[in-house]
Amino acid sequence: MTATSNGTPTLEAPGLDWRRQIRFSLIGALSSAFIALAGMPVGLDRRNIIQPLLSMGYLSLLWVPFVLASLAGSQVVLEGMTERVRSSKDLVAGALVGLGSALGLVALMILVKNFNIRDPLVNWSPQLLDLLSFNRSAGLGMVFWIVLGTTLGLMGGAMHVVPTAVRSKTLTVLLSVLAVSVLETFITDLLKGFQLEIFTDFIYYKRGGLEIVGALLVAALAIVIPLLVGDRITVVRTRVREMPADERSRVNLILLLVGSALLLVLPFFLGKITNELLANVGLFVLLALGLNIVVGLAGILDLGYVAFFAVGGYTTAVLTSPNSPGFSPQLPWPVALIVVVVLTGLVGLFIGAPVIRMRGDYLAIVTLGFGEIIRLLFLSDWLSGWFGGAQGITNIPGVDVGFATVNGIDPRSIFLLVLVFSAIAIYISWRLEHSRIGRAWMAIREDEDVAEAMGVNTTNTKLMAFVVGAVLASFSGAIFSAKVGSIFPTSFLMLISIIILVVVIVGGMGNIVGVIVGALVLIGILGGPKQPGLLQEFSEFKLLIYGALLVWMMLKRPEGLVPNVRRSRELHQEEFLQDAWLKGEIDTDDEENPS
Amino acid sequence: MLQISDLSVTFGGLHALRNLDFQVTEGEIVSVIGPNGAGKTTFFNMISGMVTPTSGDIVFEGESLLGLDPSQVTERGIARTFQNVRLFANMTILENVMVAQHCRTDQKVFGALFQTNAFKSEENAIREYGEEVLSFFGTRLTGYRLEQPASVLSYANRRRLEIARAMATRPRLLLLDEPVAGMNPRESAELTALIGRLRSEWGFTIVIIEHDMSVVRDVSDRVVVLDHGESIAHGSYEQVANDPNVIEAYLGRQVQDEQAEEETSP
Ligand SMILES: Nc1ncnc2c1ncn2[C@@H]1O[C@H](COP(=O)(O)OP(=O)(O)OP(=O)(O)O)[C@@H](O)[C@H]1O
Ligand SMILES: [Mg+2]
Repeated sequence: MTATSNGTPTLEAPGLDWRRQIRFSLIGALSSAFIALAGMPVGLDRRNIIQPLLSMGYLSLLWVPFVLASLAGSQVVLEGMTERVRSSKDLVAGALVGLGSALGLVALMILVKNFNIRDPLVNWSPQLLDLLSFNRSAGLGMVFWIVLGTTLGLMGGAMHVVPTAVRSKTLTVLLSVLAVSVLETFITDLLKGFQLEIFTDFIYYKRGGLEIVGALLVAALAIVIPLLVGDRITVVRTRVREMPADERSRVNLILLLVGSALLLVLPFFLGKITNELLANVGLFVLLALGLNIVVGLAGILDLGYVAFFAVGGYTTAVLTSPNSPGFSPQLPWPVALIVVVVLTGLVGLFIGAPVIRMRGDYLAIVTLGFGEIIRLLFLSDWLSGWFGGAQGITNIPGVDVGFATVNGIDPRSIFLLVLVFSAIAIYISWRLEHSRIGRAWMAIREDEDVAEAMGVNTTNTKLMAFVVGAVLASFSGAIFSAKVGSIFPTSFLMLISIIILVVVIVGGMGNIVGVIVGALVLIGILGGPKQPGLLQEFSEFKLLIYGALLVWMMLKRPEGLVPNVRRSRELHQEEFLQDAWLKGEIDTDDEENPS
Repeated sequence: MLQISDLSVTFGGLHALRNLDFQVTEGEIVSVIGPNGAGKTTFFNMISGMVTPTSGDIVFEGESLLGLDPSQVTERGIARTFQNVRLFANMTILENVMVAQHCRTDQKVFGALFQTNAFKSEENAIREYGEEVLSFFGTRLTGYRLEQPASVLSYANRRRLEIARAMATRPRLLLLDEPVAGMNPRESAELTALIGRLRSEWGFTIVIIEHDMSVVRDVSDRVVVLDHGESIAHGSYEQVANDPNVIEAYLGRQVQDEQAEEETSP
């Protein structure tokens, strides 16, 4: 932060940077070709976004020139902050990048037409060629792509040039249309609960996707609604912020109560599929909240977290199912839950004890190992007398609450159960974060040696993180057992650990809201390891997208979707310091005298 | 208060400290000086339990500290700062001094979850003591600063917060590793005065590593000089400053170095 002047310097727009042009064009061409060969256009063509204009399949290609072109515009880095430099050259730049991306597809079309290497590349198919040439002749298709790519690139470039307000408006409109289309199942289901089918019938096409009028309506709403309420929200917010502390906490409490009441009645307005979907999301919210304590707060990279989920699930199964092969007390679920929590906590201690003496990479690898060992134990012949080996344990009865039974047959009841436990988990995370032990966890995450030197018993504190994390996972495991009714070792693959971790990272490490948003977005929309999300057609590409998202997040937004203020400071230290300096929050000298 | 006898530590073949004897009596301010690489920081690391000595003994208030974890040493009443400022950068300023009271408090998960009265009053006490410690440095670390992350602080303020964090552990012996490094003369004069007050008002016994001789002269009752891991002189500032061994350690080496340089360069 050695800034010399406080005024905004005048920016000279540089000429076309050819290297940057070529780089972005190549990225565009290669990504387009890659996406096409990964099978996304053909695989996702069934799903309409806007009927009959746009399908998910075409969208998987069309975003490339648009987004890359808007990124390709010239930027300067000013004292640590990137700043857009606007000039008409960016339109040219965008168009060129769009053209480049289109040429990638054209080259692919020529190759697909003339050669056949379908053997290794399953998607090297006539269907792909048909799709790429819009079911016309290939030549016409190529011309079409070039025009389309260039236009989209031009529009992307325009995004770079227009004032920020216009840019964000446009993005809001585009994303709203996309969101309303993607959330179709959910919205239809919800509005059906309120007897408002007229509306959904109007905007949605019978076999999925928005009608053109529907899309226009959504776009119009996306423009009008912010105009109507935009200011009012900030006004109310500032008014709440300026209230005295006790009044403010009363307002917060009321908001919280209203919010929870709404959430509790929500399941009754939703259909089976949506309840099921949200119940799955809830199971992952529970898991992610637990892992968030271990990874996000205490900074222990646990890659075998699924172990605790498995222990919770299997213990519930053994204790409640009449089919449990060894020991079968057939306890009611709530009683079993107490044993499950205690036992999983103990397993947390048991696994944690050897592991927490290690650091960094070693710890990650060893936890990965433990995660697999636990699953293999449940699978093994040695313990099959207890856990049924590959046959697993079936006939798990669910939760008897007197007037009803909570089990997978009635997803609504499961969703309610998940909601209750998520509330408990959120409360636990929130209280612990703002307590002596939470501060100790954060200190360990920041600098373990110093934490130790400042009197924090790191061994016990880290073990406690493991145990609390394990207990939250056991909630999820217990509900999972009751939900699916039968469990097998294959329900607890290592992939689950990884997906929970991705949820935590994408949502925002160390941040409760972030973790919930992460689970909603990833599990709700893309789907979990076995559970379909709203975009069922995506299941084939789920892991690809998870991976791409993770890489992109790590590069561009390491603090996650909903950043924890602290983490984002850590990761954007430079920029933050810059901001703070500009706002005068940082002291650059020490002229003031102590009083 | 602190007796160190015949203490040695080696890193591989390197003798970082050799047969060191050292004591501090309650209420003293002792400076440890010496050229770079003399082993001063290693000396602190050893007292605070971060490095295990190869031989010798460290006795604090009648009990040996050998084999204790750093957190246990802190619990016994020894706190330290770090030469290369190691704050919890993404925790707030207040949280930095709150977490340092960890070993003086004992509320666990249960209290936090059920918000027991014991938990709430302890939490308030932690906060109040934290603010008290911070206000020792004037208004720089208090007020709106309390909720800011430590990373926004200026260099001098980071050093101050390090000291505040060490104070928050409620020590009896305070080890300060180059507390004025990087400060301008005015700031270091001010901190020198504060170090005096740490003894008179807070009752800390202090061992301080310092390169700035004016600070050493102003604060210390006694000075110990280390060179190559050995104690080569001790006594009052004047005695040490005129000790030929010390002058050789600081200057003689320089002269030799210069000669060596002249010989190697054509
Ligand atoms: N953990 C370690 N492993 C190996 N060598 C070490 C370690 N810590 C310190 N040393 C070495 O021990 C010697 C003494 O280091 P120390 O940091 O104690 O010096 P110092 O007197 O504090 O110097 P300075 O004035 O530069 O702070 C140095 O040669 C250093 O390289
Ligand atoms: Mg040192």
